[in-house]
Amino acid sequence: MSHRYPVRMNRRLFLSSVAMLTVTATSPSFARSLSGSLPWAPMASDPPMQVLPGGWQFFTPQEAALVEAIVDRIIPADDLSIGGKEAGCAVYIDRQLTGAFGTSSRLYTQGPFLPALPTQGYQGEANPAQRYRTGLAAIDSFLKQRDGKSFAELQPTEQDAFLTAMEAGKVELPNGVKSSGFFGLLLQNTMEGFFADPVYGGNKDMVSWRMLGFPGARYDYRDHVSKHNQPYPQPPVSIEGRPEWLRKGA
Amino acid sequence: MTTILPRKDVVIVGLGWTGAILAHELTDQGLDVLAIERGPWRDTATDFNIGYVQDELRYAVRRDLFLQPAVETMTVRNNPSQTALPMRDFGSFLPGNGVGGAGVHWNGHTWRFWDSDFQIRTNLTKKYGASRIADLQVQDWGVTGAEMEPYYDQYEYLAGISGKAGNIKGQLQEGGNPFEDPRSRDYPNPPMQMTYAPTLFAEAGRSIGLHPFPTPSANMSRNYVNPLGIAMGQCTYCGFCERFGCANYSKSSAQTTILPVLMKKANFEVRTDSEVLHVDLAPGGKSARGVTYVDTSGEEYFQPADLVLLCAYGLHNARLMMLSGIGKIYDPVTGKGTVGRNYCYQTNAGVQVFFDDKNFNPFIAAGALGQTIDDYNGDAFDHGALDFVGGSGINCIPTNGRPIGTRPTLPGTPKWGSAWKKATVEGYKSTLGFSSQGSSYATRTNYLDLDPTYKDRFGRPLMRMTFDFPDNDIRMSNYLCDRMEEIAKALGGKQYNVSRRKKGWDSVPYQSTHNTGGAIMGTDPGKSAVNTFLQSWDVPNVFVIGASAFPQNAGKNPTGTVGALAFRAADAIRNQYLRNPGAPLVQA
Repeated sequence: MSHRYPVRMNRRLFLSSVAMLTVTATSPSFARSLSGSLPWAPMASDPPMQVLPGGWQFFTPQEAALVEAIVDRIIPADDLSIGGKEAGCAVYIDRQLTGAFGTSSRLYTQGPFLPALPTQGYQGEANPAQRYRTGLAAIDSFLKQRDGKSFAELQPTEQDAFLTAMEAGKVELPNGVKSSGFFGLLLQNTMEGFFADPVYGGNKDMVSWRMLGFPGARYDYRDHVSKHNQPYPQPPVSIEGRPEWLRKGA
Repeated sequence: MTTILPRKDVVIVGLGWTGAILAHELTDQGLDVLAIERGPWRDTATDFNIGYVQDELRYAVRRDLFLQPAVETMTVRNNPSQTALPMRDFGSFLPGNGVGGAGVHWNGHTWRFWDSDFQIRTNLTKKYGASRIADLQVQDWGVTGAEMEPYYDQYEYLAGISGKAGNIKGQLQEGGNPFEDPRSRDYPNPPMQMTYAPTLFAEAGRSIGLHPFPTPSANMSRNYVNPLGIAMGQCTYCGFCERFGCANYSKSSAQTTILPVLMKKANFEVRTDSEVLHVDLAPGGKSARGVTYVDTSGEEYFQPADLVLLCAYGLHNARLMMLSGIGKIYDPVTGKGTVGRNYCYQTNAGVQVFFDDKNFNPFIAAGALGQTIDDYNGDAFDHGALDFVGGSGINCIPTNGRPIGTRPTLPGTPKWGSAWKKATVEGYKSTLGFSSQGSSYATRTNYLDLDPTYKDRFGRPLMRMTFDFPDNDIRMSNYLCDRMEEIAKALGGKQYNVSRRKKGWDSVPYQSTHNTGGAIMGTDPGKSAVNTFLQSWDVPNVFVIGASAFPQNAGKNPTGTVGALAFRAADAIRNQYLRNPGAPLVQA
């Protein structure tokens, strides 16, 4: 997602010759002057980039193992669904951290960075990519010192107890990492990955949507609006279609 | 190096709802009009593409269509004793960006304010005495409900609002809002088909003597051709409305109601991806010469114009005035200065009712599809024995079932793990939510000015917002929560949960993008920045159009009134101002 704006601008500058001219001939500007008609060009839209599994783009293998173990406790495998790891939540987070979200490129990042009231929101200097790098290292070093084990080597009940303490801010992580703040970031991103469209790498085969009964990227419910209190009969669909449309022989 | 461009009759800053309305009206008048828009061009087929617009992560969570804080943000604090810090990400409110502005991704609740809202100080003083509002800085707008009616009508027909009149020329109409002011005719379209939750909410309200009616909606209940000849399609109840552009041409916006006609006019031009830095004033500061803007390459331009219309988001209108030296910035200590005065918001609270045996299909929804109860809004009820003024609309408008953001669970549910998952599945389809959207009344210390520390990407000061919920508004909201509990009990259900509004406005969780004031209208140049035609008192060839003009906010969404004020300003420019350009329409 980091390159969405430049891609869009370049693509549209290239494709859109209708009623378009830059303000001065010598300027490399993206600004446009439009007059006389609605500017429109075929195929000029900007669909999302599909996340493909395989390899880590941000995490080191050690970090990835830790994140996979954490997302599998935040969303454990049980009768209702597969776990966060199998659903792709760690892959989702990995790809998000290489883009605009990870680098905070859309946010206000100028200093000074001052102590804040809770009502003033996050005022730290670190972006999410940096927070993951230092936060994951802090968890690893804390547990190795305390238990002599990595998070992934703990029993599920021990993992849950540790995450519960982090959530409550009761873990003193090294390097000034605030455990409740970092847990909040992990929780937010894990849920995003689990419930977002599968095109972003999580929510494998729309597992969370099937679980809830959310029909996904459908766009017309006119025939069901008045059918009060009756279950919606159609299965979910994603922006990238349905798994059986994509798998050979299905 | 600033490039000086050929002059235009009119330059408009921002091409959203108000910019498009003013551009359409003034090009019809034969003027040569240029709009300068900070964000990109946007149209339905390209940017709200039906193949992938149903993307909650991209549009609702990452907010692709919104203003990015890297481009402009503001600093916030609750009171003047605190140090304001920047909103590094927007949260409590989400300003728009690009052609169409916030009108692209609004929900579409379209209200008329009442005469008692416009003549608020006069009305409240007469009914309850001046001491009742001694802590508040509420002001009359300087217009009456009857004066505003034709402009509301104009906007509602432009936008194809779906609704049911409650009062046509003084005759009450069955099924409409009995508390509304008289209107000249019914809405252009009938109400939308009701989903299950608002239907139950309305039944519960009626069972305890209240008067529910269909929320007036800018989502089309049927195909519609507006007075400009532009066709819109029937809403498909997709549940991707607020924060999204509509792929079906079913939600009113500049794109779906004005631009197809406006863009064909030879005397209209829009320059996108170009940010106005300030309005340039002539020596002496009594008239504007034009605007200076910068494009995305960093090139700076001076665009001369005879008439300058600030049509950006209300907050940005106020900041542009401050950066341009139009009027004097408000000082809460002396009460002097008018720009930044009477910043107001919205005082909301919510209720969830949990059922075991109901399936609300929450994903079948539209932004403004629901039912409203106005029995406790504004001055519809007697405040004689109460300890506050103002009120709230009570709305059951379930807008979506998008699962990253909409996962109601019983109070006390853990936020993760197997117990969380079980509760999430149980709550998803069987929870009914409704909320009070409350008035926000001005006080001396809720205001906007320029931040002393933080700068934008061009080195200009950010705007500083100082705001907390006034005690009066907290008392009002608590009273409304008590009334909502009565509705919750009438609904049945196994359990309900009330989220009350507390002091200490929190800039992080989303609440409402209904920021009002900062360049308020009125009849006294000492207490308002613009006259009742939205013309600057200080620089008469500048008009400032938007919710920035509201002296305080009612318990209603602002866009209907913003649209009506835009049409009223256009009427005044066409029929009065142009006869004697540069002169004030009202003598100070």
